[in-house]
Amino acid sequence: MANGQMKNTYVFSRYERLWHWLQTLAILALLCTGFQVKGLFNLIGFEKAVKLHNTIGLGWLIAFAFFVFWIFTTGEWKQYIPTSKKMAAVVRYYLRGIFKGEPHPVPRSKDSKHNPLQRLTYLLLALLLLPIQMVSGFLYWSYNNWEAWGLTWLNLSVVSIVHLVCAFAILSFLITHVYMVTTGHKVSAHMRAMVTGWEEIESDTEVEEWEKKRT
Amino acid sequence: MIAILRRKLPLAGRAGLPLWLILLMVSSPGPADDTAPGRTLAQQAVQEYEAWITADHADMEILQQEFTSGPEVTQACLSCHTLAAKQFHKTIHWTWLDPNADPSERIGKAGITLNNFCISIISNWPRCTSCHAGYGWKDASFDFSDETKVDCLVCHEQTSTYKKFPTGAGHPVSKPTVFKGNGKTFNPPDWNLVAQSVARPTRQNCGNCHFRGGGGDAVKHGDLDSSLEHPDMVLDVHMGEDGKNFDCIRCHSTTAHKVAGRAYSTPAAPDRRSLLEDDELPRIMCESCHSATPHVSGSKANDHTDKVACQSCHIPTFARVIPTKMNWDWSTAGRKKEGKGVIEKGPTGKPSYHFKKGDFVWEKSVVPEYYWYNGAMQTLTAEDTIDPTRVVAINMPQGSKAEPNARIYPFKVHRGRQGYDVVNKTLLIPHLVGKKGTAAYWGSWDWNRAFTSGMEQAGLPFSGEFDWVETKYHYPTTHMVAPKENVVGCSECHSPEGRLADLSGFYMPGRDSYRLVDIIGLLMVIGSLLAVIVHGLGRLFSRNGQGG
Ligand code: HEM
Repeated sequence: MANGQMKNTYVFSRYERLWHWLQTLAILALLCTGFQVKGLFNLIGFEKAVKLHNTIGLGWLIAFAFFVFWIFTTGEWKQYIPTSKKMAAVVRYYLRGIFKGEPHPVPRSKDSKHNPLQRLTYLLLALLLLPIQMVSGFLYWSYNNWEAWGLTWLNLSVVSIVHLVCAFAILSFLITHVYMVTTGHKVSAHMRAMVTGWEEIESDTEVEEWEKKRT
Repeated sequence: MIAILRRKLPLAGRAGLPLWLILLMVSSPGPADDTAPGRTLAQQAVQEYEAWITADHADMEILQQEFTSGPEVTQACLSCHTLAAKQFHKTIHWTWLDPNADPSERIGKAGITLNNFCISIISNWPRCTSCHAGYGWKDASFDFSDETKVDCLVCHEQTSTYKKFPTGAGHPVSKPTVFKGNGKTFNPPDWNLVAQSVARPTRQNCGNCHFRGGGGDAVKHGDLDSSLEHPDMVLDVHMGEDGKNFDCIRCHSTTAHKVAGRAYSTPAAPDRRSLLEDDELPRIMCESCHSATPHVSGSKANDHTDKVACQSCHIPTFARVIPTKMNWDWSTAGRKKEGKGVIEKGPTGKPSYHFKKGDFVWEKSVVPEYYWYNGAMQTLTAEDTIDPTRVVAINMPQGSKAEPNARIYPFKVHRGRQGYDVVNKTLLIPHLVGKKGTAAYWGSWDWNRAFTSGMEQAGLPFSGEFDWVETKYHYPTTHMVAPKENVVGCSECHSPEGRLADLSGFYMPGRDSYRLVDIIGLLMVIGSLLAVIVHGLGRLFSRNGQGG
């Protein structure tokens, strides 16, 4: 893919990067403390883990509200609209093309940060997995209020199972996600983008009309 | 990259400020005050307590006369306190029967309910009734309506010299007498001295009987023994002499001689009001003084008080000073060597075998067992049919998670082996206390005669065939509340093998897990790991690896 000329492009705004890393920290901390609560390992003890987990969990809920606000006021949500276009090509690329040194079928640009596979993954994450985790976590946390809120039909073991399965799913996502970061044109390219905001992108990349976020 | 980071940081800090502020607000429980509100409340409730009176009993001529027996003193007391005996006659301290049960069921220790210590009072009256606040209950013919038979002194005298003789049916001795059971000499009381000393009951007064239930110090309850006569705050935060120095009646509020406390079948906690809401409330419950949300506001412990009794966390172990009896096997009693009864000492210094009673196990600093408990106990009587193939619960805490009044509550569980009727499938009452030549076990050393006599005196059938059965008896643990530093930690229950491992029917984080969920979860995680490893290796050894 090194035939085109590379151009340094600003892809991720300051808030996006801040949010990304804040959320990373939160999720890592929630995973660690959550699995300590579950007793998978013993590093900081049950009691401390519960306190940390609940504080960070609630903080994350509040911070997520800011993110939702941002994504709608800036129109960035359009970057997550799913599409089936070129999806097959992207899947084919990761399954085969990448090993042959083929170029990415949908390279990144300022107006199109995510390829179709990413769009779908992140949409599922932001629309399904994380909200379910937040709702189940919030319910778990507010167990003592269920009666007052008329939620007596709820069952703590069901809530905990949902919360736990999602925790495992988030961990799986995290593993895959960290690995995918290394698949840029250089191993460190995507990482640099999320740290500094800038990524080298082929200058002659044509952003097709369907990819552009409409303004 | 570091330079970039440094350049960005102040901005990032500014942008992130509201977030961190919110995080801080959520996480800090409020002003830096670590005094739990429930503690402050309780301290206010018990400030400046001074029991003042307007009469000195030493001045009273009627108490200066010559007395020769307890009932004579009682008569003198009643000449002023004309209602006292009438009041006392109505209380459980006098009747030893469940006030709420139908009298024909004979529920109560004066009736046919049992335990697994000396099993029943019936046929053993003179010994057991040395702890009756009365005089002369030596057999079934005792007159419960005789006001002069009330023993005022045992609860009210303050010299600590007044001792009822262990087999005297509630009477002290009239001349110095040796009790063969422990070789101690009992002296007749100085009646004038003890009569003139009377005051409100102290720990010593209540402890005369309640620290020595089962016939000896620390035998029965585990959370009540003579270490509470002069406790420090580490043993009991309320009674500690270096602290508030509570007497028993500070919490066991008393009206008209009726002492608040547990009953047989009445739930002890019908409502959860505190003194702030009703200052006439008996102070018997923790919540009466400490409120239902006693911990620092926002702490998880406050969320527990609707399901977990205060005692469960605040009494980490019982019998912390003196070992208590945990097991009693009657079936091995009667061993003699060269005509003399065998007595063996165990590791705690207490007897592990006694020829009159069998094998014992004593334990110190015992971790309680936990049950759902609504304050009511179901008790077995000597009439009830048992299943001898299982451990027989002689009494059983009542309650379940579904009941709003029930809490997880700590218990001492005393286990044992005792006689049962093989044909009728009932527990048996043995006649134990008696001299040589009587049917009593300690006179005849013949269980068959002892059971026949005991059951006959209870008016119950005995087939003549007996065997031994394992039993257990539950005592609610409520005294020996430890300082907050020694409270039971979260993970002692929130762990798979913790204190609540045996309580089922509800999900508890840290304790419970579902194998299937865990397996699915781990497969997901391991699957992702394997996938990225394989993919990464593929890239490393292909064109992508070389080209990149
Ligand atoms: C990335 C997000 C999160 C992950 C990975 C995560 C993970 C976990 C795990 C593994 C457990 C143990 C489950 C069990 O054994 O029953 C747990 C418990 C719990 N989680 Fe989360 N969690 C997350 C977010 C949240 C949020 C947003 C909240 C809500 C404020 C929350 C509240 C709780 C509560 C209340 C418990 C029960 C134990 C306790 O009180 O701490 N979690 N979590």
